[in-house]
Amino acid sequence: MTAGSTVELVKLRKAYGATVAVDGIDLRIAAGSYCCLLGPSGCGKTSTLRMIAGHEDITDGDLLIGDSVVNDDPPAKRGTAMMFQSYALFPHLDCTDNVAFSLKMKGVAKEERRRRAREMLDLVDMSRYAGRLPSQLSGGQQQRVALARALITQPGVLLLDEPLSALDPFLRVRMREELKRLHRDIGITFIHVTHSQTEAMALADLAVVMNQGRIEQAGPPRELFNHPRTAFVARFIGGHNVIEGGGVGDAGRCAVRADRIQLGGADLPTEIQVEGTVRSLEYHGASVHLSLDIPGADEFAVVLDEARYFDAPVGVGDRVRAGWSRRDVHPLAA
Amino acid sequence: MTLTAETPRPTVTAAAGRARRPRLLPRVAPYLQAAPLTVALLLFLLVPILTIVAVSFWDYDSVRIYPDFVLTNYTELLTSPVTWKTYLNTLKYAALTWAITLGIGFTVAYFLAFHIRSTTWQMVLFLLCTIPFWTSNIIRMISWIPFLGRNGLLNSGLISAGIIDQPLEFLLFSDFSVVLAFVHLYALFMVVPIFNSMMRIDRALIEAARDGGASAAQTLWNVILPLTKPGIAIGSIFVVTLVMGDFITVRLMSGGQSASIGLMIANEISLLQYPAAAANAVVLLAVVLIMVVAMLRVVDIRKEL
Repeated sequence: MTAGSTVELVKLRKAYGATVAVDGIDLRIAAGSYCCLLGPSGCGKTSTLRMIAGHEDITDGDLLIGDSVVNDDPPAKRGTAMMFQSYALFPHLDCTDNVAFSLKMKGVAKEERRRRAREMLDLVDMSRYAGRLPSQLSGGQQQRVALARALITQPGVLLLDEPLSALDPFLRVRMREELKRLHRDIGITFIHVTHSQTEAMALADLAVVMNQGRIEQAGPPRELFNHPRTAFVARFIGGHNVIEGGGVGDAGRCAVRADRIQLGGADLPTEIQVEGTVRSLEYHGASVHLSLDIPGADEFAVVLDEARYFDAPVGVGDRVRAGWSRRDVHPLAA
Repeated sequence: MTLTAETPRPTVTAAAGRARRPRLLPRVAPYLQAAPLTVALLLFLLVPILTIVAVSFWDYDSVRIYPDFVLTNYTELLTSPVTWKTYLNTLKYAALTWAITLGIGFTVAYFLAFHIRSTTWQMVLFLLCTIPFWTSNIIRMISWIPFLGRNGLLNSGLISAGIIDQPLEFLLFSDFSVVLAFVHLYALFMVVPIFNSMMRIDRALIEAARDGGASAAQTLWNVILPLTKPGIAIGSIFVVTLVMGDFITVRLMSGGQSASIGLMIANEISLLQYPAAAANAVVLLAVVLIMVVAMLRVVDIRKEL
């Protein structure tokens, strides 16, 4: 397999008429890394991916793959391969011919391209279904075929457009593991668009949170989770409370992780304490999620370890005291 | 993690009391619902065809027809060289019209479906294609005559432009004018089903083909054409059956110099040779059915219906 390529976006911009989908973003994705573009719908992540793929014209800025600017190259010349959200398998071709499609376009002889397609199907564990039409396959199987079709061109960059969104939750977790294994095995750059922060956390080396055509923050998932730069990132990543002043009286907003908050009475040992009312309560097995009404925050979530919650259980409507220590307060830039 | 729970069995006693009484209506209802179409088909399709088949075995002379069972209508028809020549001529018209309407239909549909980005413009241009259908077939045909004639618009225009000195004779009352009229009349029957097929093609497939390195021509040949086959088949059935059965276009546009099966049948009817006309119609029906079946064997159109 070929090694991965670096992908670099320089002031990349996409406008549809007066609407700006991607607003001059800069990003460098290292060769062989797994990058997740993350954000709510309409944030510009798919437009960005499609510009990298060459299915959308670049309005302004530069796109570099490897060392060359590829703004005007067709997809096949960029060394990218895309896996479409709907898989986009050719309905009139069986799995083998679907996978062999790009080889056929290059003029590889029939026997040779079918042999290589079967090898590729073997890689994604689909050789048993080589003769089937896409309509005779389940969603998960179609996805594997689409993956094989993308990889047969030996791309330096694999682009995945919400690849797991059409699968049921159980299959989604399994395919997630498989994508990660595949990434480790073939070592090329993966760029994966998703709106699920769980997916990005689980897969990415580099998670890029986008909002309104701009990058809010880019970094390893752990950095995003522990040091969200903005309130948007803190809220989107989840597991954070955004509080005006953070309870310490500082100017500006702060984030506090929901699992760092303790509940208790007057004997609560933390430096910062607030009082509130329990609005709702959810049992999640290993943990219990509470939502409190407190002054200074629209949403205030508390995640308690199951055992700790049941040491001193509270009910909906109870007045409680919530507290956290000063070192858990993380100031936000915006 | 497994959870087991006793699901309560649904109780049936309450419903059973009502269900046990025999009810006639639910059993008859489907038949009643299918009845109007069945009656219409029997009355307006099956009965006329059976009548034609029956009459094709009757005997006739120049004055009247006699109920009988004779095969002379068929033997005379099939042994006459005129029949074979006429069939050949009709098939020639069908083949030419089919090939030209397919070319036009595919091109127009492709342009509408893949090159016009806005749905509004797609609809506007599509409706534009249907405008010729707002007038009658005959009118549309007849209006070619002053245009194509010996002293028609086209000839006089070409002469005054100095392109030709003599009027072009082949323009009117020739195979050219017949096929031209057929193409004019029936091109839309090719455009519509092909356009319909093309609009159903997922646009991601075109991108996937491009992603796989296909050029525009390769995408057309390897993706669009195979996925448009059902539409092509439906359009072909329309055009071929219409041309095979036509008599008025051939009569008007060939100036009576060419024959088609439909024209032959029409002549027989005007001479009151009903049994001969019936036998001719039965043979024509069989030929057209064979052609349609052959087309359906090549392309599966079921998913398009």
